[in-house]
Amino acid sequence: MGAKHPGVGEKPVVALSEVTKTFGEGATAITALDRVSFGISKHEFVSVLGPSGCGKSTLLRLISGLAKPTGGSLRIHDYPVTEPRDDIGIMFQRPILLPWLDVLANVTFPLKHKYNRVTDEGRDRAHALLRVVGLQDFLSKSVDELSGGMQQRVALARALLLDPDILLMDEPFSALDALTREEMSFELLNIWSGRPKTVVFITHSIPEAVLLSDRIIVMSNQPGTVREVLDVPLPRPRSIDTLSHHAFNELANYIRRQLFVRRVT
Amino acid sequence: MPPTGSSLVKRALALASRFSVTILFVIIIATWEAACRTFSIPTFILPSPSLIVTGALDQTWSTWAGHIWATVRVALMGYALAIVVSIPLAVMLATSPFLERTFYPVIVGVHSMPIVAVAPIIVVTLGSSDLPRVVITFLIAFFPIVVTTTAGLMATPPEMIEFSRSLRAGRTREITQIRLPFAVPYIFSALKISITLAFVGAVVAEFVAAERGLGYFIQLSTTYFKINQSFAALLVLMAINMVAFQVVTLIQVVFAPWSLPKDRK
Repeated sequence: MGAKHPGVGEKPVVALSEVTKTFGEGATAITALDRVSFGISKHEFVSVLGPSGCGKSTLLRLISGLAKPTGGSLRIHDYPVTEPRDDIGIMFQRPILLPWLDVLANVTFPLKHKYNRVTDEGRDRAHALLRVVGLQDFLSKSVDELSGGMQQRVALARALLLDPDILLMDEPFSALDALTREEMSFELLNIWSGRPKTVVFITHSIPEAVLLSDRIIVMSNQPGTVREVLDVPLPRPRSIDTLSHHAFNELANYIRRQLFVRRVT
Repeated sequence: MPPTGSSLVKRALALASRFSVTILFVIIIATWEAACRTFSIPTFILPSPSLIVTGALDQTWSTWAGHIWATVRVALMGYALAIVVSIPLAVMLATSPFLERTFYPVIVGVHSMPIVAVAPIIVVTLGSSDLPRVVITFLIAFFPIVVTTTAGLMATPPEMIEFSRSLRAGRTREITQIRLPFAVPYIFSALKISITLAFVGAVVAEFVAAERGLGYFIQLSTTYFKINQSFAALLVLMAINMVAFQVVTLIQVVFAPWSLPKDRK
């Protein structure tokens, strides 16, 4: 089974056209993103890869509706993005759990916060999601007692609570140690194949991007522009074996050369 | 095997360190008593501990209870008023730069008034009831709560606010479900400072105008050179203060254990 590609005539779920984001005005203005264009189709897993300061996080904030572009057009399901949408789940770099709530209450918090009540159905969903991320035995634990990896699992369960069509992930594993990080990417892979979603995954890890994605958007910095969009020719479902696939290393090395060539060789 | 000399010393030292506070207390009292007797210090300069106890027993239990209740009642009413006024005030200051600019100087101004100097004026203005005493107590207890709660509300991590905004929960829930819970550790720090200040306020108010209360009793006893009774009332005040402080701490332990420093859990 090959990676899904946008069919002919199929409208992309997320569509960016010449999106520009400038901070400040006049001579001191800094352009974080310069005329970025790409589309993401339904249930596609797209990674945005690039060096620090290439505007990756800004890009995610724009798609999430937390910030507005200064130029160009950004549409989701063909509607311009003007504010945060209900069908988007976000996972940030840090778990941002609320220490005054236990694990279960943290996962159900989006319901509590958005509608001021947690339904039984919502609570059941939270239980199910915590089982998916392997934390079913930690429901009433304080979040301070959890390890960094477990905290990010709680954050993932929380991001999935409202069953969003689109999942935005801003370097969600970058604060974890290398082992936990790798484990978490396989976990995410499993969850995504179980319930496909349109995912925008910001990362600065090349292997992570290659392992997870259908397509990789490689960015260059200052200002952030799209350098290249790459298809990942790896079969799904992917697993640990994918890491030894010749195409995996080929693509990873190709990206390395693209990103490092001017500095290293 | 019989204990050797060195292990006996070790055990005695361990016992001493365990009861260090009690031992220190006993030493102070014994020294005090001995000093008063050997140097024949006049009782109106420094009464001996035994005279303080007899002075305390000169009054009936119901007299003591009346004075204690009068002071505790005023302190708690002023404290409650301070909490009820300060926390909403802090929310206003933290959420509106305009209100902060306008009211902060006023609050600092009010706090800058030396309370002992203002107390007689307040008593004249508000007449002879509990009201002026409660107002005086309020004036001394509210400031730490306003300042510290405002600081806590403003210290809420921007990522948490962004998370709230991504759910479009609205400003009210951002305050009640994110900012206020985040400020709870700050609020408890303030409550611990203010409970002690509330008793200072109540006693100062009683110095100015009262027919009952420990402050009033201290002043009355001093006027009649019954310094041992003043000392007795002072000790009672200290005891009440410590109990009240412990009650606030206990409330925090029971209702917001997560807000305690990690090593105190």
